[in-house]
Amino acid sequence: MSGAPARNVPVSTAATAEYWAACRRHELLIQRCSDCATHQFYPRLVCASCLGRSLQWVRASGLGTLRTFAIVRRPVSQAYAAEVPYVVALVELREGPTMMSNVVGCSVDEVRIGMPVEVVFDDWPEGVTVPKFRPAQAT
Amino acid sequence: MPATLRGKAAIVGAADTEVGCVAGMGATDLCVDAILRALADAGIRKDAVDGLVTCNSMAEPFLYHAEAMAEYLQIFPRYCISVGAGGGTTFTALHQAASAIASGICTTVVIAMADSLRSGLSRERALAMQSSSGHPEFERPYGAPVPAYYALIARAHMHEFGTTPEQLAAVAVSARKHAALNPAAQMRTPITIGDVLASRLIADPLHLLDCSLVSDGGAAIVLTSAERARDFPHPPVYLLGAGEGHSHEHISQARSLTTSAAAEAGRSAYAMAGIGPRDVDLAQLYDCFTPVVIIELEDLGFCAKGEGGPFVAAGTIGPGGALPVNTHGGMLSHCHPGNPGSMFALTEAVLQLRRQAGERQLPKADIALVHGQGGIMSSHCTILLGREAG
Repeated sequence: MSGAPARNVPVSTAATAEYWAACRRHELLIQRCSDCATHQFYPRLVCASCLGRSLQWVRASGLGTLRTFAIVRRPVSQAYAAEVPYVVALVELREGPTMMSNVVGCSVDEVRIGMPVEVVFDDWPEGVTVPKFRPAQAT
Repeated sequence: MPATLRGKAAIVGAADTEVGCVAGMGATDLCVDAILRALADAGIRKDAVDGLVTCNSMAEPFLYHAEAMAEYLQIFPRYCISVGAGGGTTFTALHQAASAIASGICTTVVIAMADSLRSGLSRERALAMQSSSGHPEFERPYGAPVPAYYALIARAHMHEFGTTPEQLAAVAVSARKHAALNPAAQMRTPITIGDVLASRLIADPLHLLDCSLVSDGGAAIVLTSAERARDFPHPPVYLLGAGEGHSHEHISQARSLTTSAAAEAGRSAYAMAGIGPRDVDLAQLYDCFTPVVIIELEDLGFCAKGEGGPFVAAGTIGPGGALPVNTHGGMLSHCHPGNPGSMFALTEAVLQLRRQAGERQLPKADIALVHGQGGIMSSHCTILLGREAG
């Protein structure tokens, strides 16, 4: 391989293609089980709670709170070196599930557990769009 | 199926290879060396081995690793398996091997694990390995190196219970104090809490000295039935209890960030052994990063939930403390060759129970707890060992 080092590009599966397609449209989709009303993330073929197969894609609010975070000083690979220091976080979505993401749009020193965040979409030149979070804008 | 494994199997051989930066030996060489040393310690020939358990190597992987080691030494086992539970591998392997012996599948099992992460991986392979941790779609794109996953746990524990960076550092300082007494340890120069906090930040709140080492090395043990165990040169070390708990693969899917499946693993192991945390003389805990030890101490019942920080800061786990932890120096200071990392915690427990630990021998070492975890607090196994069959 030559040229710029490659970031860790997600490759979708049958169960997740809809999610990544929606990210390209800047929409955050999660699954909701019609049988037991549980929201889940990551996308699966069945509801991990009741194993029902009546899953619907629903548009998440894109709002959540920060459960925890790490400030990465030493990047995972050269492809991420320009972003150092960057924040890797676990975001609890308002709908319930937790997802990993990056917190962007503020200094790493401003990041706090419990802070409200909202989704933003990062279009990668590799042709995928990755959902990230920034501090929720005051309304 | 036996209702319990208590007292049914015993460790009759245990040995480590040279560890640290081992020039001139690849991962296969180290694994073979570990097997030969353990056989010599047990005083048996290879023909006596009818079971072989290994874990795969990252530097020199095989599709069927245990079979490859058996082939190398021309051993023809009836029970042969390569176990993959990350850092928990050593003890899940021991749990399964004891079950195999108790159920009559085989009589004498060698468990051998080695890798050469320090010398055997190119920079590209090492980076690729680091990048391959985490969910390929829902974690890896966000660029967290392994220490950052553990930093997520550390930060959550600090937030929930007030644990401090100084308390995390106390775990590393304690490990180094133990290592100073162990001539085999990779890092023996004393460190202070100030040294840990002044070391480079890798992933806040974790500093370089909160992270375990990168090493070459291997170790092996010989496990046999309790009846046979009396006929070996060294006093047998009996398996008193074993338990496992498996809660997730990916940290973003964890049920809890601050309470791990070590709680279930420990409960099962204590129940099988018929003892509790107060009966344990030494604990050999998985210490890939300092916060892990604090959470394990809590989940295994050595202190209340949330009190792990003050517990370690009081010097409880250091040499001369009420509960010495990782008397060989742990993966923070002795060595950490990847998945085989907790083998050394096991061989050290055997040495302590046999009264063969030299300068670092504990005055009281009748019951040892060893605990491994793999993934990101994902896969847990607790083992209780004793000098008597129980």
